[in-house]
Amino acid sequence: MNKTENNKAWFLVLPVVILVAFSAVIPLMTVVNYSVQDIFGPGQRFFVGDEWFRETLRDPRLHEAFLRQLLFTGTILAIQIPLGIAIALTLPTKGWGVSACLVLLALPLLMPWNVVGTIWLIFARTDIGLAGWSLAQLGIDFNFTGDPLHAWITVVVMDVWHWTPLVVLLCYSGLRAIPDAFYQAAQVDGAGAWAVFRYIQLPKLTGVLTIAVLLRFMDSFMIYTEPFVLTGGGPGNSTTFLSQFLATAAVGRFDIGPAAAFSIIYFLFILLFSWLFYTAITRISTGTR
Amino acid sequence: MTIMALKRVTRLVGEELHLDDVSLNLQSGQLYVLLGQTSAGKTSLLRVMAGLDRPSEGQVMLGGVDVTQKSVRQRNVAMVYQQFVNYPSFTVYDNIASPLRLRGFRRAEVDRRVKETAELLHIEALLGRLPAELSGGQQQRLAIARALVKEADLLLLDEPLVNLDYKLREELRTELKALFARRDAIVVYATTEPMEALIMGGNVVVMGEGRALQAGPTLEVYHRPGSIRVATTFSDPAMNMIDVSVRDGQARTKTGLALPLRGSLANLGPGRYRLGVRANHLFLQRRREADIELEGEVDLAEISGSETFVHLRHNNLDWVIQEEGVHPLQRGSAVTFYLDPEKLYVFGDTGALELAPATTPLDHAA
Repeated sequence: MNKTENNKAWFLVLPVVILVAFSAVIPLMTVVNYSVQDIFGPGQRFFVGDEWFRETLRDPRLHEAFLRQLLFTGTILAIQIPLGIAIALTLPTKGWGVSACLVLLALPLLMPWNVVGTIWLIFARTDIGLAGWSLAQLGIDFNFTGDPLHAWITVVVMDVWHWTPLVVLLCYSGLRAIPDAFYQAAQVDGAGAWAVFRYIQLPKLTGVLTIAVLLRFMDSFMIYTEPFVLTGGGPGNSTTFLSQFLATAAVGRFDIGPAAAFSIIYFLFILLFSWLFYTAITRISTGTR
Repeated sequence: MTIMALKRVTRLVGEELHLDDVSLNLQSGQLYVLLGQTSAGKTSLLRVMAGLDRPSEGQVMLGGVDVTQKSVRQRNVAMVYQQFVNYPSFTVYDNIASPLRLRGFRRAEVDRRVKETAELLHIEALLGRLPAELSGGQQQRLAIARALVKEADLLLLDEPLVNLDYKLREELRTELKALFARRDAIVVYATTEPMEALIMGGNVVVMGEGRALQAGPTLEVYHRPGSIRVATTFSDPAMNMIDVSVRDGQARTKTGLALPLRGSLANLGPGRYRLGVRANHLFLQRRREADIELEGEVDLAEISGSETFVHLRHNNLDWVIQEEGVHPLQRGSAVTFYLDPEKLYVFGDTGALELAPATTPLDHAA
């Protein structure tokens, strides 16, 4: 076979290579570089090997933050996914109501994250916030800045308010993509509403649900801004999640080495979980047993 | 024998008239092809037959019982759609079994019927697969199997072969024809293609704008279309139409073309008529002494496998000729074509059929 040399093709991939290099590869390698060195200042650095990794993995504060993170992500997935499906099922399918509902639902998604935190910071206050005030009127001693449980509930409700619409929109588009013939066929077969949901709608939604679960998992696992604005990670450390723990280490204490090591662990962990979710859901949907 | 009778069925949706005064009698063991263009009312009619929709006016009788208000669940109906509709998370076996299980059949009986039906549709080797792992043709076979296994009184098929490629369509069409022949159900098969109606045979109901324009045995309707509407719908390519006025045994067009009237057409009284010629009754070669020679200019020659459709202009009229064989003709080139005067359909001023060409046994093969 004649091999023709054509180096021009390299120029075509060059823009992407440069873009990816600057946006991902170089920053990541910098972090890798930091994670194996102890740096005191410019020119004063020592290679420390895996010391930061071992120190980070042994840190009990990290273990707590990690468990808190798992609990938070698990909670919001368990609420947002079923709730999102349920809302999508009840949305109108034709008429002016469709656009009205979709616009209303999309509103929380359009808000900057720190604004969401600020809104809920005011909303949950017992003196001037509607929610806090209403709860206080009901005789509940609501105090999200003092009571860890109240802080938790507030953060979870805020996240549900902010992100369930994403799940709804994804599910709604998935539901609209099911041809009418499927519903007719179910009617002809004499299938009830539950059977229609279980055997037609849910299997047809697995594609969008995979995306919804992955997006919500990754996003919630990296949640930072909203709890930071709302509770600042407190009371105590009760709403300090992983990314805030990382930020405190890197920016607050300037422990760049351990923070870099932790970043890499964090990154690998998200990658691993996303892969697990993805394979699990695609297994279920293609019926591989 | 069960008879399904539609009595003056009308269906209004909002302001739109989907079905307009449709009356039909359908017998069990017979195939009925609903032929009509898109939005002619075929699907609306099928839905009313199934009980998915209620007619605004009129009655649906099944076996002498008024079922107009009965829902689809109370009727024994099976339906196949244009889309391949199967339960996505069920295997082929469970898909076929689902209608039987819903009706509470015993496990052994379900198993027997599923295997029997799968064999009829040649999908017995695929029973363990999921619909997503099947090809389009296999998915539709599965959907048909799901419909057949119910042994419904009424089997409705809404353009079931549209989404398949040409080869598969031909293959499945012949199989379906044989399958229906052995059924005791009323089979209603909707299609937009005149050729498909002819191949399926049986009876045809030509639909247009929500009305049943003409019903009868397929070949009879094809050879004696009651009106211009039916003739256009039941002709592919569309029938060539010429406006003429008849005087002194000659038909003249406005543009001065004179056609001698022979045979049964000789008795046509004076007046204005529309003459129809099917594309396959125009020829590029003279076949008989009596053929009328015409000159035209080629617009387009479409070659479809073994046939050529020649679109041409003659006397400011557009004509289509369907000719056997491959004839690559240049656009703009002059062409001589021949018209068999004994193959003319004559429609009156109102569009109703006055005369149809006599049918010979040879035509039935067409």
